[in-house]
Amino acid sequence: MEASIFHSVTLDQTKCKGCTNCLKRCPTEAIRVHDGKAQIIGAKCIDCGECIRVCAYHAKVAVTDPLSILDKYKYKIALPAPTLYGQFKKLESIDALLNGLLNIGFDDVYEVAKGADIITKNVKEDTTIQKKRGPLISSACPTIIRLIQVRFPELLENIVNYISPMEAAAKISKKEFAEKHNVDIKEIGAFFITPCPSKATAIKSPNGFDKSAVDGAISILDIYGSLSAALNMEIDELPKRASKHGVRWALSGGESDALDNGNAISVDGINNVIEVLEAIEDGKLSNIDFFEGLACVGGCVGGALAFENGFIARERIKKLSENLPDAVPYSKEEMAGFDFKLDYPIKPNEVLQLDKDFSIAIKKLEQIEEITANLPGFDCGSCGAPSCRALAEDIVNKRAGEMDCVFKLREKVRVLAQEMIDFSYEAGLDSEKNDKSNNDEEVDG
Amino acid sequence: MEELRVNEYNLKDIYTIEAGNFVTAGEASSNIKTLLKRLGVNSSKLRNIAIASYEAEINLVIHSKGGQMELLVSPNEVIIKIDDIGPGIENIELAMKEGYSTAPDSIRVMGFGAGMGLSNMRNNADDFKIESKLGEGTHICMKFNI
Ligand SMILES: Nc1ncnc2c1ncn2[C@@H]1O[C@H](COP(=O)(O)OP(=O)(O)O)[C@@H](O)[C@H]1O
Ligand code: SF4
Ligand SMILES: [Mg+2]
Repeated sequence: MEASIFHSVTLDQTKCKGCTNCLKRCPTEAIRVHDGKAQIIGAKCIDCGECIRVCAYHAKVAVTDPLSILDKYKYKIALPAPTLYGQFKKLESIDALLNGLLNIGFDDVYEVAKGADIITKNVKEDTTIQKKRGPLISSACPTIIRLIQVRFPELLENIVNYISPMEAAAKISKKEFAEKHNVDIKEIGAFFITPCPSKATAIKSPNGFDKSAVDGAISILDIYGSLSAALNMEIDELPKRASKHGVRWALSGGESDALDNGNAISVDGINNVIEVLEAIEDGKLSNIDFFEGLACVGGCVGGALAFENGFIARERIKKLSENLPDAVPYSKEEMAGFDFKLDYPIKPNEVLQLDKDFSIAIKKLEQIEEITANLPGFDCGSCGAPSCRALAEDIVNKRAGEMDCVFKLREKVRVLAQEMIDFSYEAGLDSEKNDKSNNDEEVDG
Repeated sequence: MEELRVNEYNLKDIYTIEAGNFVTAGEASSNIKTLLKRLGVNSSKLRNIAIASYEAEINLVIHSKGGQMELLVSPNEVIIKIDDIGPGIENIELAMKEGYSTAPDSIRVMGFGAGMGLSNMRNNADDFKIESKLGEGTHICMKFNI
């Protein structure tokens, strides 16, 4: 199992107070609190960043690459996520931002939005992509891919088998740069400027292929200060690269608008996505051709590492992209030699399966039901598990005990206390008897 | 009605379905789904079961006076039995026809009543049996090989 998979979302033990706020927000029940500290169960975590958003003590952090990673490469290419465009109040144009990235030391910039244009075009023209049972599912959000691997494995076959715009941008930009400057491609590093912890994970542990073409993920928050200072300086007119549609992939609905084929539905916010995936599973959305699900509210503009409020960023991106062309022409030669398809199908994550052996799984399930029926059903989280049922499962898997339930413990303490009272009462009666007899003696005496 | 097969079932769950209750509609099939996922039932089969059990549950909510769904699981098969307390189906052959529906407009605006439910159940189950008597009730038994 993927026990050792890298995760961007991690816990800072020193800051964790052991409160249970994050427990219930986790869509895959991947968090437990034991001995006063939260723990993330790596095999279940899908890097959605919900716990980062809810933790008041900032104990949940997203690990991205430090800026020093740039020093490892002779040539550095910035791959800005289109979300970056919406982060600055006084940004005059997309060109000003792309120039800003050059100003702070990158040798080249390649818009991920252009990668989005290219993926869109490829998917549109690919006649082998057929609607399966239910709609095609976007492969854009790595959190949603991981969610489907864990909770909806039967929908994996519906996912569009193409790499992400970020990967496409890295592949193309490195090759172009190497050819243009006649340098070894190994000396070039391509860095995604990310609003998203999950993308950082997707670079380290890709899905559907072995090695990412992206060499690092730099958080928008880490680059924000230096980039702000380098904007709107001298602006070289850069060749217009991405289209309006490519840039708007940052917004929920953007990818569907770009694809523009048939009935599409776009859903944002992980819990909304779960609800709609359930509906797809039940066959309720057979009239829909394309499903775009983004884990963050509003789409990637709502990413956990974005600086600006997602709704504000959304409006800015709409404005900045208003006058961009609807489509960017690109030549077949330009794209020759690139394969944008996944190398192999995305595999299910069987972490929710109770046991490999069906009969044992059934036994465990029976035990879980039995134990759950005996727990109070408050789902209060005091035991460190997100629900009574989850505790029951932990008990069956020998990772917790019934006395972890505070109500069970109280019950037990009450019984013990009662026994002690009963015991001392009996003992007391005896001694009282003795006292009495003593007294009697005294009276007598 | 004729049982599909008498067998030892390791797991048995019963869900009560209320007529006309759209708040809880879909909960039973959702529970069944979650449970079978935990057991590691094959993905593609799970999809069949999800679709068929959802259709069955919705039919109970919109067409029947209420009833129950029973889930039986053994290492080789999943059986879902659906029994309601009426009103029964007059002409089963007609009801099974794709596109045939008696759902009123008030139900259709909710997105139900495409007339595909029973045929979807038959197509997704490995074995499908239906019996119904007007004035008594409808009984469906679906078997899925896993
Ligand atoms: N449990 C039931 N009780 C009574 N009538 C039913 C029941 N299930 C189905 N029917 C009848 O069979 C018809 C076809 O059912 P179905 O194929 O599920 O289509 P739909 O539910 O969209 O109408 C229904 O319109 C209804 O008249
Ligand atoms: S919506 Fe965008 S930012 Fe959020 S997890 Fe998905 S890819 Fe990352
Ligand atoms: Mg129906």
